[in-house]
Amino acid sequence: MGGLVYFSSGSGNTARFIERLGRPALRIPARADAPPPLAERPYILVCPTYADGAGRGAVPRPVIRFLNLAANRARLAGVIAAGNRSFGETFALAGDVIAAKCNVPVLYRFELAGTDTDIARIRDGLTTFWDTRCLIPA
Amino acid sequence: MKDLPDPRKDLSGPRPVPAAINWNRLQDDKDLEIWNRLTANFWLPEKVPLSNDIQSWSQLSEEERTLTIRVFTGLTLLDTIQNSVGAPALMPDAITPHEEAVLSNIAFMEAVHARSYSSVFSTLCRTAEVDEAFRWSAENEHLQAKSRLILDEYDTAASPLRRKIASVFLESFLFYSGFYLPMHWSSRARLTNTADLIRLIIRDEAIHGYYIGYKFQRGLERLSGPERQEMKDFAFSLAFDLYDIEARYTEQLYDRLGLTEDVKAFLHYNANKALRNLGFEALFPDEACKVNPAIMAALSPGSDENHDFFSGSGSSYVIGRTVATEDDDWDF
Ligand SMILES: Cc1cc2nc3c(=O)[nH]c(=O)nc-3n(C[C@H](O)[C@H](O)[C@H](O)COP(=O)(O)O)c2cc1C
Ligand SMILES: [Fe+2]
Ligand SMILES: [Fe+2]
Repeated sequence: MGGLVYFSSGSGNTARFIERLGRPALRIPARADAPPPLAERPYILVCPTYADGAGRGAVPRPVIRFLNLAANRARLAGVIAAGNRSFGETFALAGDVIAAKCNVPVLYRFELAGTDTDIARIRDGLTTFWDTRCLIPA
Repeated sequence: MKDLPDPRKDLSGPRPVPAAINWNRLQDDKDLEIWNRLTANFWLPEKVPLSNDIQSWSQLSEEERTLTIRVFTGLTLLDTIQNSVGAPALMPDAITPHEEAVLSNIAFMEAVHARSYSSVFSTLCRTAEVDEAFRWSAENEHLQAKSRLILDEYDTAASPLRRKIASVFLESFLFYSGFYLPMHWSSRARLTNTADLIRLIIRDEAIHGYYIGYKFQRGLERLSGPERQEMKDFAFSLAFDLYDIEARYTEQLYDRLGLTEDVKAFLHYNANKALRNLGFEALFPDEACKVNPAIMAALSPGSDENHDFFSGSGSSYVIGRTVATEDDDWDF
């Protein structure tokens, strides 16, 4: 099975989601001066949305810096987007932006730290996703 | 360590001159991030063409119109409280000068929200029916009871963190018994411009609840284990007490339209989100939070057009909504 990479800011929702998911995951540091980590195997990115009202700036800067590295982009297999429906039309928009930039699918969207239903669906979804992918020759 | 002292209690000498605020020296980057988002999102009710709803308004029944005006006066009351008491009460607790500045922005936007409901009224309603609804809300026992519970926390000078809990519940939970109705109308293609205005308010409240919850989490980290537990117990017990009132308010408003159960699911869902903003786990199980999909779609229109892979509802990969991807920060 492939890996997980995620970003979570000081509000910690995505980090709490990852903890409940209980799968090993690489965290992209929030600090501007921290060099982005390198993903060593294929992975799915879990990313919260921080857009303004017009949809600008949906993807957090540390995630952009991480994806600016071609090696990280090459291993990205899909994106799970986090957000809050109270943001209306821009709900989980980071997923769509990353999908369009990197040509990968949006696998799932959830709010804040996710519900138990989200966690169960994502666990199942991850297993199926990587099983299916292994059948496709790289 | 105790909860931080309240500077307002130090009345011993003349007020010290504050340090001039320097936005180029931040103690907490979140302050600038939120300041930038809030200011970029600034809006006024004049931006929304409310008069396009006049015809739709006239198609509602008398009872539906009365309900709508009453619900909006209830929302006006919460925004009034947050503008004049809530956000100002949080300012002396601020840890950074930038936090105070953000709170002043929040306070002002609450005034804009409160003002917007009156724009809806002056566009759609007769003066007499609006006056009647304001009287109704001033006398409504449930509205008064929830305001009382919140105000009691704003007034307890001893606890900055309890004030933040009350504030997050107001921002992220208490509004939703009211927000439900314009989302319901909007899902039936009624009052769609009013719904656009409400969505601007909902977005602001989401950032307010987020930011106050974020500051709460920073404060909670400074407490000892037992003190943290005590604070968490307080948050859950206040959530229960407020929920009780909200449930009765909901029955009173929505029973006649047969919407009470639908609204309650929405309340459970939002109570859980308020607790998440505080960094806590959910209170209501997922089965109690099955919000009507039409309400969800009204809340975040257009965002469910592409089914995602894990939900099993679409077998093909659909590249999402068309989005602006020419942000400067991308190198590719
Ligand atoms: C300023 C700001 C803007 C946001 N914009 C959006 C948005 O456009 N769409 C969305 O779905 N969520 C939005 N959110 C909600 C966050 O994505 C959500 O709170 C997420 O759980 C944050 O993850 P984190 O706590 O791991 O950083 C925004 C939050 C803030 C504070
Ligand atoms: Fe408000
Ligand atoms: Fe607010």
